[in-house]
Amino acid sequence: MTDLSSQFQQQIREAVENENPVNLVGGNSKSFYGREARGDSMHVAGNKGIIDYEPTELVVTVRNGTALHELESVLAEQGQMLGFEPPCYQNSATVGGAIAAGLSGSRRPFSGAVRDYVLGCKLINGYADILSFGGTAMKNVAGYDLSRLMVGSMGSLGLILETSLRVVPMHEMESTWCQEVKSDQVIGVMSAMLQKPLPISGLYYDGARLFYRLYGTADAIAQSANTLGGEEYASHDQLWSDLNHQKSDFFQDKTPLWRISVAPATEQLPLSGQCVLDWGGALRWLKTDEPAEQVFQTVADVGGHATLFREGKRDEIIFQPLPPDLMQIQQRLKQAFDPMSVFNLGRMYPEF
Amino acid sequence: MTYQIHSSERIHHSANRAEFITCLTEILPAQSVLTEIEELKPYECDGLPAYTQVPWVVVLPETTEQIQSIMKLCHQQGVPVVARGAGTGLSGGALPLSNGVLLSLVRLNRILKLDIANRTACLQPGVRNVTISQAVEQYGLFYAPDPSSQIACTIGGNVAENSGGVHCLKYGLTVHNLLKITLVTADGALLSLGGEGLDGPGYDLLALLTGSEGMLGIAVEITVKLTPIPEAVNLLLAVFGDIEQAGEAVAGIIAAGIIPAGLEMMDNATIRAAENFVKVGYPVDAAAILLCELDGARVTVNAETHRVEQLLVEYGASEIRLAVDSGEQQKMWAGRKAAFPAIGQISPDYYCMDGTIPRKQLGAVLKHISELSVQSGLAVANVFHAGDGNLHPLILYDANVPGELEKAEQLGFDILVYCVKAGGTITGEHGVGVEKINAMCVQFSAAELEQFHRVKAAFDPAGILNPGKAIPTLNRCAEFGAMHVHADVRHSHLDRF
Ligand SMILES: Cc1cc2nc3c(=O)[nH]c(=O)nc-3n(C[C@H](O)[C@H](O)[C@H](O)COP(=O)(O)OP(=O)(O)OC[C@H]3O[C@@H](n4cnc5c(N)ncnc54)[C@H](O)[C@@H]3O)c2cc1C
Repeated sequence: MTDLSSQFQQQIREAVENENPVNLVGGNSKSFYGREARGDSMHVAGNKGIIDYEPTELVVTVRNGTALHELESVLAEQGQMLGFEPPCYQNSATVGGAIAAGLSGSRRPFSGAVRDYVLGCKLINGYADILSFGGTAMKNVAGYDLSRLMVGSMGSLGLILETSLRVVPMHEMESTWCQEVKSDQVIGVMSAMLQKPLPISGLYYDGARLFYRLYGTADAIAQSANTLGGEEYASHDQLWSDLNHQKSDFFQDKTPLWRISVAPATEQLPLSGQCVLDWGGALRWLKTDEPAEQVFQTVADVGGHATLFREGKRDEIIFQPLPPDLMQIQQRLKQAFDPMSVFNLGRMYPEF
Repeated sequence: MTYQIHSSERIHHSANRAEFITCLTEILPAQSVLTEIEELKPYECDGLPAYTQVPWVVVLPETTEQIQSIMKLCHQQGVPVVARGAGTGLSGGALPLSNGVLLSLVRLNRILKLDIANRTACLQPGVRNVTISQAVEQYGLFYAPDPSSQIACTIGGNVAENSGGVHCLKYGLTVHNLLKITLVTADGALLSLGGEGLDGPGYDLLALLTGSEGMLGIAVEITVKLTPIPEAVNLLLAVFGDIEQAGEAVAGIIAAGIIPAGLEMMDNATIRAAENFVKVGYPVDAAAILLCELDGARVTVNAETHRVEQLLVEYGASEIRLAVDSGEQQKMWAGRKAAFPAIGQISPDYYCMDGTIPRKQLGAVLKHISELSVQSGLAVANVFHAGDGNLHPLILYDANVPGELEKAEQLGFDILVYCVKAGGTITGEHGVGVEKINAMCVQFSAAELEQFHRVKAAFDPAGILNPGKAIPTLNRCAEFGAMHVHADVRHSHLDRF
């Protein structure tokens, strides 16, 4: 338990006064993600510890530097978990980094994204003010929702000091089932499954096999498995963990890896390369050598967005280019939080 | 009572009314521009009738293009604009301005697209909440957020207030069920926020817009997520002789790892009023009742129902009723859903509060509310979204008795201050509007309020969208006395609001 907020505030104040940009580093587990930020590294993982956790309130308040896996094991002791199943590519991954990166795991379509679980945030903005937004209540509409805005902002709006997260009870039981499905049929099969009220908590296609994770009582799982067919898959935990933390063979490659977010029933995209589907089709991991502009354009054409997740050129465009109006409002928001441009310059877009 | 906008929040302009109306009639057919006092009067308040203001002019556009043109005109002339859906808001968010346009969105009421394969619906902002679920029921789907006002309120209003309903404990609030918004900005441009997938590029503006009370832009197209209708639903009604025990039972159910679809509580005053209003057989002698709805796969629901019944008995419930068929369930819910109008029948006026607190504080807060009620001499009836700690104390008063409205406002304010003290917030789902704008000075520091103002300015530099709502100026707070605003010399070269 260490509270470094005043020290951080002083550091930010100096950075602002000297117009000296900082590159916020948490557990350094996602340093590959996004563009290379300009500025001196500022290590923030030292501000750590669980400030408050009351299982009956379904809320935990933690400092940014708390290791994700530590938090998850504390929750697990109480039969609870983070409903968004955050990927942590390395053990060092911190809660602050998970919020800033805003990445959610395979439960996302079924129980929600990181931002759906953020109830409040304490942060330092580019005025070196310490600010609190939201709180620990499940419902709160007092003022604009600036704590959710921090999710996925890649540290560019300020330094997250603390966050309050809603937690959920673990399911009584979970198991995974698997069946072979042809790639030209899988979208239809998944879409049909998702229209039914089935207790699904993961739906993943590896290019040949469709995996679905079921939850509930043993009876409920058996019944649903019966309806859906397929075989029980033994290495259940391993499968989802390897997918989320990108440990499976698919991810061990030097080809550029794209994260593609589209409407789940979108047909296979006309892009070459190897593709796996998570989130029932709404999240697609594509390994391809297609030019970046080609990928961005193809995905934009179907109303989605793409991110060059790994093995891209980090001084080029990594996140989906924005239409001019949208870019302008994002730049203005950046200004609103960080007028002297000190936080993680260029990590998201070259413009800010 | 005519509402007096705070001088620091008024947007001044010098547009001539007659000329301005002429410009509007170039955009809209004459019958869509309301200018006569008898036409304007129905818009003088929203669901918070304590404050009124006859608008300068009302417009009823039917297309996005018209809205863009209206915004361009207003932007050019510096005329402020207040968006309005069904006007059921309870915090005065849609209260008009004496020198501003009231932009009614009710004529944009079409469902633009149902995409069953992706389980989404794309809607115009004036679509009423309940019609979404009605339209998709045939596909085995529903739209989860279900405010009690759902037969009247619009999806645009729901987005602007981040509305919840009795089922949001399990299914989330509006913000959890949105995928995309098309926004008309303060200067009439179109922005698309979110995306067709489960997230959008860049900052999460979709989350920022949700609950922003019409102050950052006008939502003109809204894509929502649809959810499969659960296989089975059970509804339990538990009767308690002691309200604190009922509160403990709520915490107990959650602690047992069960997330009910809905978990609602009513106190004796509300039970009586509701029973008197809908006659569904509520136990009128009970200190409190809990309504607990469980849904999901049939076998799971049955197992959970059994577990919850046991817990309710452990926590002291004197009677438990179970409704399994939907007719019976609707009856059991009817009293809860009609709680506000039911109170309206027993009291000339009521004032609905919306604080949230950590669940464990329920007992303490209730006790404090009843003490405050005795002190002020006004009765309070309580209904709660108990599962998520959202209280709706209803303060009963008579506006015709001089001084009672002020007394009700003071009591409401004291309740909110206590909610903040107990670790909660001043509004869970009804928004700040004009009603709780002073309480915002209690909940936020000057630096936090300034950050809100800067975010607002990023979207609406001239401040023409819904001025005087939701975020108080520092001047207001200084006058209100709840905050010590001191000159901050640290970054005096930076803009301050
Ligand atoms: C009997 C009763 C029961 C209620 N129960 C609940 C409940 O259970 N849960 C709950 O959360 N609320 C409840 N409410 C409050 C209210 O119904 C909700 O806040 C609702 O979402 C308001 O919708 P509306 O269409 O009436 O919006 P309005 O009242 O017309 O407007 C509300 C706010 O939204 C803005 N606005 C409206 N449309 C748009 C748009 N398209 N773009 C941008 N801004 C817009 C307005 O400017 C205003 O600030 C209840 C109200 C009543 C009267």
